[in-house]
Amino acid sequence: MAPVDITIRRRPDLDGSLLGDTDPATQGGYPGHPPRMGFFTDTSVCIGCKACEVACKEWNAIPEDGLVFTGMSMDNSQGLGASTWRHVAFIEQRKPLAAQDPGVQPGGDFRWLMASDVCKHCTHAACLDVCPTGSLFRTEFGTVVVQEDICNGCGYCIPACPYGVIDQRKEDGRAWKCTLCYDRLSVGQEPACAKSCPTNSIQFGPLDELRERADARLAQLHEAGTTDAQLYGRDPNDGVGGDGAFFLLLDAPEVYGLPPDPVVTTRDLPSMWKHVAAAAVTLVGGALAAFAAERWIS
Amino acid sequence: MSEFQQLEHSSSDVTKDGLRGVRPDRDAPTGVATGRPGRLRTRQRDGAPTVPDAKFTSYYGMPVINSPVWSSPDIPGYLFLGGLAGAASLLGAGAQATGRPALERVSKGGAFGAGVLSLVGLVHDLGRPSRFLHMLRMFKITSPMSVGSWLLSGYLPATGIAAASSLTGRAPKIGTMATAASALLGPAVASYTAALISDTAVPAWHDGYPEMPFVFVGSAAAAASGLGLLAAPLVDSGPARAMAMFGVGTELVSFQLMERRIGITAEPYSRGRGGAYVRAGKILSLLGLAGALLGRRSRGGSALSGAALLASSAATRWGIFHAGKQSANDPKYTVIPQRERIESRR
Repeated sequence: MAPVDITIRRRPDLDGSLLGDTDPATQGGYPGHPPRMGFFTDTSVCIGCKACEVACKEWNAIPEDGLVFTGMSMDNSQGLGASTWRHVAFIEQRKPLAAQDPGVQPGGDFRWLMASDVCKHCTHAACLDVCPTGSLFRTEFGTVVVQEDICNGCGYCIPACPYGVIDQRKEDGRAWKCTLCYDRLSVGQEPACAKSCPTNSIQFGPLDELRERADARLAQLHEAGTTDAQLYGRDPNDGVGGDGAFFLLLDAPEVYGLPPDPVVTTRDLPSMWKHVAAAAVTLVGGALAAFAAERWIS
Repeated sequence: MSEFQQLEHSSSDVTKDGLRGVRPDRDAPTGVATGRPGRLRTRQRDGAPTVPDAKFTSYYGMPVINSPVWSSPDIPGYLFLGGLAGAASLLGAGAQATGRPALERVSKGGAFGAGVLSLVGLVHDLGRPSRFLHMLRMFKITSPMSVGSWLLSGYLPATGIAAASSLTGRAPKIGTMATAASALLGPAVASYTAALISDTAVPAWHDGYPEMPFVFVGSAAAAASGLGLLAAPLVDSGPARAMAMFGVGTELVSFQLMERRIGITAEPYSRGRGGAYVRAGKILSLLGLAGALLGRRSRGGSALSGAALLASSAATRWGIFHAGKQSANDPKYTVIPQRERIESRR
């Protein structure tokens, strides 16, 4: 039997710790932990080669999950799921090419956006909060990982995720998602997707460093006239306390299938419990009233 | 230049006018507004226009969040039976306190039966049912499912002892203590499931979290009163009739308040499969209530209205379940409210 959940002991102030810029590994019970690690996916240099998808599948021994032709540009894996932990999105747009593309004359009326999506390893992870078994846990690197020997397939994490990342593997019954290659991190290796990325679109490293790098890259793109460029998941004060895996996008998040303003659902849980308590009291009151008013009715 | 002339000059598929034989409908750029006007422009049955056309962008119309993998009848059945059990425990305790043995037996037995069945549904829905006990590895206040698992592990034994004592007439003291415990935990069992579904990113469930517990306890009271009316004799069923009034009233009013407040994410509660169940639930609850009040001198009329109340509670739970799935599967319910939130911050 595991000890009573650490989240109770280490989160005396539920309201405060479910929000804002906090250090997830410290909160998860690792006082002297290594720096928080993550991904910065710079989609402006993604060439849609899908090496990340392949490397992820190979390293993590993920089963095949459908060989279909979707007609969605070059995207046939469609989205993140139990057996797709990296997903490359392809978007064809009637918009001019960005000016920084070498050797291509700007002014055309077509551009192709590519972006490799992955689990965000949120600072405030809804999947982890709602997991009743403790199968989902916070690692010393600040990432979120499923323990497959514990997961009983209750499926609660799946609709809890505001990004649609984690899902159930039907033939197996359990929930699966990106581990940020916990096994590789533990021995000082970078995750398979970042290792295989030929353009450095996927950058792996300490989150502080990645945020600095992303800020510099964004400034560079804005200077070059790509004003649509924006960082997604970079802000530690957003609805999930910032993402451990964040992105540089060239259009609105929803264009890539990402929620424009995600919020960790447990932010509202203290209020939910209060409403539940009020409703329970109402039910008791209703029952008492029913016995008191019974004579009047009959 | 006609198709025939083109063929004469060249056998290539590449012509001055572009590729030959390319279907025009393949030309579907994304990254522009991809809202589906056909579905958005639907009108209410009274002809009044609903929400004006909302433009939003999505990735090939794909859902943003992953839809719950919870299945029917397990989970909506669990919501229904858990509610029925929790409220029936209160009715059973009240019946014992006021000396209505028939209503007491029906309510306590019903509460235990519904509770056990609901547990069967829960375990059956697990991806790994054999690992059910992993639910009790820890207690997590941040996980309503964990809270619920512990609640049920206290509630079910108490309810079982209360029912056994009431049905056999043995160990009345222990039975009374178990009845008290069951009545104490029952309201929590009936209401926590609202937090269970609201504590997700499913728009129709999450957005409705302030009213959802009241919808649930209302629906639970309606179901328990329905059981009392269906199975207890007329002489004992007075409190069930009064409880039906409370239940149906609470459920309908809070549902209405919820739908009005949450705006666009309330749409699934009146559309498609979810909408059909919700409508059936509302109609059945009003019919059941009318029957409960008007048919109080008729055993058959009371039983019929009790059945209608039970069915109404089930229909409401199935409706909420399916409406949630609908709201998860259409990106507009995720994207539009979040966009509006961003705009309102500017």
